[in-house]
Amino acid sequence: MGAMIKWKAAAFAAIGLAIGATAAAPTRADEKGLNEPFQGEFRKDLEGKTVAFVPVAMNFDLTEGWWAGLKKELEPYGVKFELRDPNWNTNAGAQAVTSLVSEKPAVMVIHNPDVQTYAKLLHRAEKEGIYVIQINMGSAYRSSAFVGANWIEIGERDANAVVDFCNGKSNKIAIMQGALSAAASAYTLRGVENVLEKHPEIKVVSSQAADWDAAKAKGIAQTVLKQNPDLCGIVGFWDGMDIGTAAAVKEAGLTGKVFVATSGGGERKGACEQVKSGAFDLDLSYDVPTQAASMAALIKWLLSSGVKPGEIKGSSYTTLIPVTKANADIETTCWNLSDLKK
Amino acid sequence: MALRRFGQQGIVFALFAVLFALFSAALPGFATSQNMLTLLQNVAVLGILGLAMAIVVIGRGIDISLIAALAVPPGLVLQMVQDGHSLAASIITALALSIVMGLVNGWLIAYAEVPSLFTTLATGILVAGLGQATLFQVDVVQWSDGMKGFDKLGQGVVLGIPTPIIMFGLACLVVTFILRATRWGAYIYAIGDNPNAARVTGLPTRPIIVLQYVLAALIGCFAGFVLAASVNSMPTRIFNSTLIYDVILVVVLGGIGLSGGRGGVMNVIIGTLLIGTMLNGMTIMDVSYSGQNLVKGVVLLIAVITDSFVNPRNEETAQQGDI
Repeated sequence: MGAMIKWKAAAFAAIGLAIGATAAAPTRADEKGLNEPFQGEFRKDLEGKTVAFVPVAMNFDLTEGWWAGLKKELEPYGVKFELRDPNWNTNAGAQAVTSLVSEKPAVMVIHNPDVQTYAKLLHRAEKEGIYVIQINMGSAYRSSAFVGANWIEIGERDANAVVDFCNGKSNKIAIMQGALSAAASAYTLRGVENVLEKHPEIKVVSSQAADWDAAKAKGIAQTVLKQNPDLCGIVGFWDGMDIGTAAAVKEAGLTGKVFVATSGGGERKGACEQVKSGAFDLDLSYDVPTQAASMAALIKWLLSSGVKPGEIKGSSYTTLIPVTKANADIETTCWNLSDLKK
Repeated sequence: MALRRFGQQGIVFALFAVLFALFSAALPGFATSQNMLTLLQNVAVLGILGLAMAIVVIGRGIDISLIAALAVPPGLVLQMVQDGHSLAASIITALALSIVMGLVNGWLIAYAEVPSLFTTLATGILVAGLGQATLFQVDVVQWSDGMKGFDKLGQGVVLGIPTPIIMFGLACLVVTFILRATRWGAYIYAIGDNPNAARVTGLPTRPIIVLQYVLAALIGCFAGFVLAASVNSMPTRIFNSTLIYDVILVVVLGGIGLSGGRGGVMNVIIGTLLIGTMLNGMTIMDVSYSGQNLVKGVVLLIAVITDSFVNPRNEETAQQGDI
């Protein structure tokens, strides 16, 4: 994506250069540079500004990827970064956000643990003049920008893939939910339900929460597969957890007979390699580097726009990359955390 | 004494039998040999952890750091192999880390005389933090090609039995041997029953306490190997889960008194079977998550209440340290 924009820019520049060259050709002697009127302001707007990041936890592919991507894009402009890691503790997260509001960074990038907890705090932050960007997990408060996956769409597309595969087979499917308290899980379930309403022939034999835990997912999938050996598909809610689901399918010798659809951040080991090995049949990736680039672009735009925080609000839902056998081999389908950190 | 020991174990076994009979009658796919194997396989790791906890609890301690022992050293193996080290070197490093962890726990409890609850709570957080901060790039450590062969520990079948069950069986045999056939085992019971009397009698109480925690850490590491092999990754985030309560539940439900000196491997097996039967039955019935928690809570309460009716507490049976 980035490469394409660069290519286009280069093309325009080349055309511009060609026109300029022909026009300027006769007066080559007194050639002078032209000052681009906006770049100086832009640099000033970014220099020394602070971007604070509050994820639900660090140390997993999504948040590490966002953090690395943001730094890579913005640090060269003199943007300073601050990280508050609540390590899955919602209270600690709320405290981090509260203290950040009084420290007044220019931008806060927030990864919400649920819909409600931070909502009021984020509203207050924007009133205090801090731009708030919410990533992947939105809150009930709509802030300057939301960047992230559309969970309803993920649920619908995963469920559609499973339903299609089941056509003409047993029509028995299972749903492997994440944690009940997580909005991402509830939204995805809604998407799955949207599809199932249109397909009354599909029978859901199990719909259980595995707490984002691979071992629990494996246990549930094993039991379900023993009870329903003719199961034709499983809709999973996160590829990190569904490694367990897939292990159960493999042990039952049903790889290829049970369609496993899931979603995740598209990191190579967790997504492409699992699809290649046959563990997953479909892994919808909300490509983390693209999300980081979108956030960085929005931060640049907001900081240079002079818009009052909270005055404008918009969303940038991530375009999903369906990782299947067809594209899992292609280098650009997935990303490597180690490369992003370089 | 014999009656008391039979008491809790008997009650839980009866509870297990009733549940088992109910599920067999009501759920068509429950009482099949295939489902029984699945049931056991699902609780094998929990059972192995239960054995580690049992050793410590019998010696009148508790080891809250067990989940860190399960997550961090095996996670280190996966990470090291991913980084290009050989499997053998990685395993040796992991075992060494487990032993150090057990030694630190044991030394603090036996020599510095810090209560086991606080010691292991702290070392658990320390080791998990060490893993997160320095050892692992991301908290789910993925499988890599160098691990080939190691997955046999948690996947596949031998003579029709899934390997995690065999691993649980092996661990049961080893722990039974340690507790029942060695002098160390007898010492652990003696210390658990009455630490002061054991010391006065001339038993090497402090080294034996250290031994308990080293054994627990090593068994925890072994459970981690089986878990990692069975799901082809090590979700080190498991440290933040409530697994440790399930482990304590297995041990206490099975009838190993928290006051120490009582119980054995059989109790762990019974406790594990009960939990396994409940989980399996409820998964087949597709009971919701909250519903499952409700049932687990009710069953635990029934067990505890029945126990207090059958074995009323009095000055004679209550011990210092009873929870």
